[in-house]
Amino acid sequence: MIKKFLMGILMLLTAFTMFAGGSQEAVESENSAAMKEAVNLDFWSWRTEDVDIYDELIARFEKENPGITVNFTAYKNTEYNTVLSAAIKGGSGPDIIQLKPYGGLETYAQPGYLMPLEDKIPALKDFDENSLIGSTSISDGKIYGVPYASQTLVIFYNKAMYEELGLSIPETWDDFLSNLEVMKKAGITPLANGGKDGWTLEVLQGVICPNFYGANDFFNEITAGKTNFTDERYKKSLEKLLELRPYMPDNFMGISYTDMQMLFINEMAGHFIGGSWEAGYFSAQNPEMEYDVFAGPVAKAGDTRYASAFVDGSFGINSATAHPEEAVQFMNFMAGTEAGQFLTDKLKHKSDVPGVQFTDPFLKRLGELNENSTPYITLVGFRYEQPTGSSLIQNTLQGMLADTIDSDEVVRQVQEGVASWYKPFQ
Amino acid sequence: MKKTKHQSLWITFFVLPGLLIVLIFIVAPLFLSMFNSLFSWKSIVRDQYVGLENFTRIFTQYPYKDRFYNAIGNNLQWFLSTMLIQNSLGLLFGYLLYKNIAGAAIYQRIFFIPVLFSIVAVGFLWNLYMNPNMGIINRLLKDVGLQSLTRAWLGDEALATPSIIAVNIWRWVGFPTLVFYAGFNTVPLEVVEASYLDGVGEGRLFTKIMFPLILPSVMVITVLTLIGSLNVFEQIYTMTGLEGGPYYSTDTLGTLFYRTAFGGVDSGIPQIGIGSAIGVVIYMLTFVASAISITAFKGKEVQL
Repeated sequence: MIKKFLMGILMLLTAFTMFAGGSQEAVESENSAAMKEAVNLDFWSWRTEDVDIYDELIARFEKENPGITVNFTAYKNTEYNTVLSAAIKGGSGPDIIQLKPYGGLETYAQPGYLMPLEDKIPALKDFDENSLIGSTSISDGKIYGVPYASQTLVIFYNKAMYEELGLSIPETWDDFLSNLEVMKKAGITPLANGGKDGWTLEVLQGVICPNFYGANDFFNEITAGKTNFTDERYKKSLEKLLELRPYMPDNFMGISYTDMQMLFINEMAGHFIGGSWEAGYFSAQNPEMEYDVFAGPVAKAGDTRYASAFVDGSFGINSATAHPEEAVQFMNFMAGTEAGQFLTDKLKHKSDVPGVQFTDPFLKRLGELNENSTPYITLVGFRYEQPTGSSLIQNTLQGMLADTIDSDEVVRQVQEGVASWYKPFQ
Repeated sequence: MKKTKHQSLWITFFVLPGLLIVLIFIVAPLFLSMFNSLFSWKSIVRDQYVGLENFTRIFTQYPYKDRFYNAIGNNLQWFLSTMLIQNSLGLLFGYLLYKNIAGAAIYQRIFFIPVLFSIVAVGFLWNLYMNPNMGIINRLLKDVGLQSLTRAWLGDEALATPSIIAVNIWRWVGFPTLVFYAGFNTVPLEVVEASYLDGVGEGRLFTKIMFPLILPSVMVITVLTLIGSLNVFEQIYTMTGLEGGPYYSTDTLGTLFYRTAFGGVDSGIPQIGIGSAIGVVIYMLTFVASAISITAFKGKEVQL
């Protein structure tokens, strides 16, 4: 009896799969008939905030290139990686992929899921070398993405407060601390920064430390393995962060990223040490507020003032795409001045596309700061294998700011963690 | 009793959908992760067979070793606190409800309401309540003059895990309450009456008669607590994030597993081999611990 029953089930299942297969084929053949008329490209991103802007840009492309439609889909930032890897592995990945820079790219570049773009996108030759590092795989040196924007790590300050208190943009570390002191005496929280979200501490390090550890010289030495994280210069630069604690909000270890934004947007705090990507959100949330930015202060007057910068990401092509020609066509559009200028104007980000003009005063200012830029050390150099320099510095800085561990222990843990995979340290 | 052919077919018909779901979403992934844990991975592609190397790395190599033991310590803290505080409270509440204290019907509902809330919503809301400068908790403390007790609840390494556990107890205490309440109600009334007639005091009635008779419920709750504590994830994810901050103080096997296997925004290329190995370890621990506690309880059960 049971045998009969099982047989029945088996037959049922087989029938199901056969029917399912049949109907799929039918759909596919219908599709291929329609395909001669229109090619549909899927484009995935993590910018849920910018869907309308991308749709507008895509409409321009579709107008210029009849026969190709592009579907823009954005997933939640924190889930993007998981969704994308599952889809790509399952063979249902999108044709066009927004890619995280540096280590984020390797997840897809190393197993060969991405199409090398050097010979396909002529415009890449004109891109800045530093921005191309963000979309070049360290394993084979090929370029897998068209970089779209770079970010600068800066100190935002509230202009109205500066005017009211008679402060001027600080040059040295001491100037900066004395500005913070004046604000504190005036009853304003000088810094919005807190420590609940570790990554905001990594950014803090990226803003403040380069001017103390020796910016590019140190970066070049450490990435070449000539020195490492236990270097006195790096350790001493981290200790500078401790001097900022008195100016942070009460209970700063419980202050999250959104709290920080809220404090600055509502003009409850005078400074926000963060990244240039905040500008759009700040202006949207409080259009009345006047703010500007300066780079991390230097140790002594006259020193060259560096700002950390990094590529925010790039657009790549799935190597398994069914429409490589059309995908390349779209990518050439994205690498062109028209798209670059459009995204720069709409998203207020510093586009990497050559020939883009910055009319916005804030972007112009970022351009000035970038004249002396240095790679955002933990992201550009050490965000590849696990444990990344980023996750190590985020957690250990939380420990240091809470006085659980000292700076010696911070650099020891970062060094030991990174050395477990970083070849030049071994 | 011999079932007719007709009956068996119907039973199979009703069991099949559930069985298929369990097979596809629980049994298959379990074996797949066991399989995956034996390989080295090139980002998201399976590479070479490496035997038990991934497991060795978890137990011996920095930083996996440090993170693993730290996480397991936190899971243990979850288990002990939940057993001692949540389940004792549940036992107390359950007994009080059984005793039919004034307003029992209302309390029963109040205790159980948070159990129905979405874990993510609870985490998000309590994140706001525990905000150090704007949250309701520190505000209340300030208003009643206990300024000195205000803390950065979720940003303080010593307090972060206890704070999240406290929230979870608030959310979940209604469940053991309900189970124990149901347990007490299964105790035959004659037994209780007889003990009263024999002049047994309230204390002795509870420790010698009521508690031993509800041991099956205690076992169920203990095993569920064990499973829950070893698999804590959402609470941490929504309240202190995937890195288990500050300084790994809220990291659990769940968050460690997730960020190792899938990689966060900052945590680098996914290590699916090691992640799967951690998953297998979580499964083994849950299995062994549950089996031990079930056998331990089986010996102590009282038959009427």
